[in-house]
Amino acid sequence: MENVLGFVALACGLIVGLGAIGASIGIALMGGKFLEASARQPELMNELQTKMFILAGLIDAAFLIGVAIALLFAFANPFVLA
Amino acid sequence: MSAAEHAGTQGPTSGEYIQHHLQHLQKNFSFENVKQSSIVDFSVFNLDSVFFSVLLGILGCFFMWRAARSATAGVPGRFQAAVEILAEMVENQAKGVVRNAKSRKLVSPLALTVFVWIFLMNAMDMIPVDLIPMIWHSVGPAAGFSDYMRVVPTADLSSTLGLSVSVLLVCLVYNVKIKGLGGWLHELVAAPFGDRWFLYPINFLMQMIEFIAKTVSHGMRLFGNMFAGELVFMLIALMGGVWAWQFNPLTGVFWLGFGHVVAGTVWSLFHILVITLQAFIFMMLTLIYVGQSHDSH
Repeated sequence: MENVLGFVALACGLIVGLGAIGASIGIALMGGKFLEASARQPELMNELQTKMFILAGLIDAAFLIGVAIALLFAFANPFVLA
Repeated sequence: MSAAEHAGTQGPTSGEYIQHHLQHLQKNFSFENVKQSSIVDFSVFNLDSVFFSVLLGILGCFFMWRAARSATAGVPGRFQAAVEILAEMVENQAKGVVRNAKSRKLVSPLALTVFVWIFLMNAMDMIPVDLIPMIWHSVGPAAGFSDYMRVVPTADLSSTLGLSVSVLLVCLVYNVKIKGLGGWLHELVAAPFGDRWFLYPINFLMQMIEFIAKTVSHGMRLFGNMFAGELVFMLIALMGGVWAWQFNPLTGVFWLGFGHVVAGTVWSLFHILVITLQAFIFMMLTLIYVGQSHDSH
């Protein structure tokens, strides 16, 4: 049983950690492009900002779904017969 | 480590506290108190999610109706101006995405409803974690209900997937309406790779995957954000619970009280952004998916 719980803890850590790497790099790249574009064409800044927030939501989606699953396993593990 | 409501007895452990707070007020269709037996269980419904989503829907509609009723040509009041700014923002986004003016008559109010409703449902996360469950604890079990209550409808996967499946149905109706049933069926097998008979199976498969992936990600994105946010609030509440229960300045645990206040403040401020952003993203994706059903490949 302790073995199972240990594996569950490792799994949750991996899910959140690996997802965070992907999401952070994605947001960083997109934010960098947005800043570059704003510097080139400041008149487009507001429009681009709207689109940037939408993209931020899309990039974070897979990571947050992973976090939700990891939290589910941490607190209400459906595989543990209890 | 226990919540204040269990004072005097051996209270729940932190794991039990979280698990208790994660359980929905569930009933099966004969109105008996049950708990779902597996991850996907269609014989139960979450009474708390249904109740709060309907209540907030009525509230949102009432406020919008009030604003629409008092719309005059003169100088608007603050509430009126706020609603007009919101409606104009949604209409502008709709104009940019959905080209068909006739469809916009339905889709733009649909997007406004989606935004206001989801924003109100998400905002339930700002209410202190134990407040409504504690009130329920004193009245619910006496009335024959279980002692569970979850107040954020969008932190319930069934609610968010219901919303995204409804958006999918709207898209399917528009697909048939704009392209005709035959035209749409032809597009199902002809796009995206080309109108050759041997590509029909792979085209159909890709279209099905696209529909399923769009709908599932649409619903699960909102669920993931709200569920994670709610859970972090519960963990922060646990910090406060430990501090209140072991109120001894000599132990290190005492300083958890400050941790509770600081973490709670920071997370609440961040979550205000997340609430608004997730409602906005859901609305934008609704508009984009309905707009996509107007385009022919």
